[in-house]
Amino acid sequence: MATPIGKGHRSLNLTLRKELNLYANVRPCHSLPGYKTRYDNVNLITIRENTEGEYSGLEHQVSFTTIDMTYYHPISDQYNLFSNFGVQVVRGVVESLKIITRQASLRVAEYAFHYAKAHGRERVSAIHKANIMQKTDGLFLKCCREVAEKYPEITYEEVVIDNCCMMLVKNPALFDVLVMPNLYGDIISDLCAGLVGGLGLTPSCNIGEGGIALAEAVHGSAPDIAGKNLANPTALLLSAVTMLRHLNLHDKAEQIQKAILNTIAEGKYRTADLGGSSKTTEFTKAIIDHL
Amino acid sequence: MARRSLPLLKHLLSRRIPTRSVTYMHRPGDGSPRPVTLIPGDGIGPLVTGAVEQVMSAMHAPVYFEKFEVHGRMKAVPPEVVESIRKNKVCLKGGLVTPMGGGVSSLNVQLRKELDLYASLVNCFNLPGLPTRHDNVDIVVIRENTEGEYSGLEHEVVPGVVESLKVITKFCSERIAKYAFEYAYLNNRKKVTAVHKANIMKLADGLFLESCREVATKYPGIKYSEIIVDNCCMQLVSKPEQFDVMVTPNLYGNLVANTAAGIAGGTGVMPGGNVGAEHAVFEQGASAGNVGDDKIVEQNSANPVALLLSSAMMLRHLQFPAFADRLETAVEQVILEGKYRTKDLGGTSTTQEVVDAVIDALD
Repeated sequence: MATPIGKGHRSLNLTLRKELNLYANVRPCHSLPGYKTRYDNVNLITIRENTEGEYSGLEHQVSFTTIDMTYYHPISDQYNLFSNFGVQVVRGVVESLKIITRQASLRVAEYAFHYAKAHGRERVSAIHKANIMQKTDGLFLKCCREVAEKYPEITYEEVVIDNCCMMLVKNPALFDVLVMPNLYGDIISDLCAGLVGGLGLTPSCNIGEGGIALAEAVHGSAPDIAGKNLANPTALLLSAVTMLRHLNLHDKAEQIQKAILNTIAEGKYRTADLGGSSKTTEFTKAIIDHL
Repeated sequence: MARRSLPLLKHLLSRRIPTRSVTYMHRPGDGSPRPVTLIPGDGIGPLVTGAVEQVMSAMHAPVYFEKFEVHGRMKAVPPEVVESIRKNKVCLKGGLVTPMGGGVSSLNVQLRKELDLYASLVNCFNLPGLPTRHDNVDIVVIRENTEGEYSGLEHEVVPGVVESLKVITKFCSERIAKYAFEYAYLNNRKKVTAVHKANIMKLADGLFLESCREVATKYPGIKYSEIIVDNCCMQLVSKPEQFDVMVTPNLYGNLVANTAAGIAGGTGVMPGGNVGAEHAVFEQGASAGNVGDDKIVEQNSANPVALLLSSAMMLRHLQFPAFADRLETAVEQVILEGKYRTKDLGGTSTTQEVVDAVIDALD
């Protein structure tokens, strides 16, 4: 759903996430066999806190109130004690609030470790910038450490985000499951999507309390190619596969995933963003044929 | 006929056209040694700053260093160090470790705020001879250094809820935009890209973008574009050749600079510095994740290339262009040859071996 830049209403995507309390965004990033990018060995999952952090939408122009205590009345030539309230906006200063709560951090850390255990993953890395934002990211890390103690069989490590970016572009095989607050998660998960081939191929799943799952493709609404039958449906199809796995329909999920991977590996039908010239409908038909 | 002319053609093409050296007409007295504050720092800092000292004295460069010991665990930067930087106006430093988790705020950030070094510059480019996954990378990331997410204003609202303030002001956004466009103008760069997240942080990053757009109108010859930070990271790993100069607020700049440094060869080789209206501090371009780990220090395998290239930038800043060119040529030759490379570049040399190779390569 499109969001206007720099002005206008709050993102509808964000509103949906807040209403349904979708607290974790899970994005598996795997190198697709058959679609070669500069990186061959990407096999990681990014789990991003979805409700708070920098995306709380709480911004304001800094202002302060002024109170005038005396007031001179020119006609009656008298000084009256009069309170005159005013609001002075400081031009050109804006503040944005980043909020980290213990509850939300614990929730997403729990989900990350639970996911790692359920899918046989060995390592969970918490990404942070606690050397600069000591209290906020420090709280996030404390929560992650608490949860890590309950899962002694899974290795837990903490990586500063700039170091993480560097390691990801040099050697993505170093990471397994990544758990992070909202903004870092946004950036890192898009970076990982870039490593495997771009937004046309990346699925994601938003997890809410009570087992709600909302699977969606990562990419935006792409208004420039809307309606032209050019879009790559792989991302949304792979998201549907993630949803099927969440519903424990593993065999159906496997079937569809194999069909998609085989179609891409063959290379005959590829949409424009993968370097081919097929239309969306042709690509979909090829996948159905492979089922 | 064709067979005989081929070797002749090759000979003609390979003959070096003699290049005239750049003539820098100095003012009398420019050659007297300039004092530069040197802060070795923690971790790999002393190793790499030692490398710079050796190379500078081998070149007989007209600089002498005033060394000061500063460690990341100190409460604040000692006032005599700040005084020295104010007097000399130029400083070269290794990284200062920041203890994780609370108490002391980062001394690196403190120093930048104290001296009002509002622009941080990292030059990420492919070094010939160093194999990377991406080619044609030549990106300069100019990052606002004083405000944004690094304001250090955090507080606990109620137990379990912590707030951090990100402050964006028009004043700071304008001056960083001006610096970026001026840099592009003076260095013959064609494009400036502003990195933001204004679809979510409408007021804050919206203000940053407004300032950039205003300054862009004053430089009609330079192309200006905007990109959202997550798309930017994605484009960096797939098509980095589209970027030229990038101007960003504080946090995004950190990430973008490190990503760009990673695709072009790693933190060990990228030069950079911080500059303000009156002072300049040169250091390793991209932070090595809180001054690298102890294993590198023990094995003496820290990569001095980044700080050597930063010191070449410093020499140019001090208006000694010939020395800067000599140093850069020597470093690039050592990298091209490939015999002496530290561990992060895939080799097995120690810092000292690389330094010796650079000194040998100086003409």
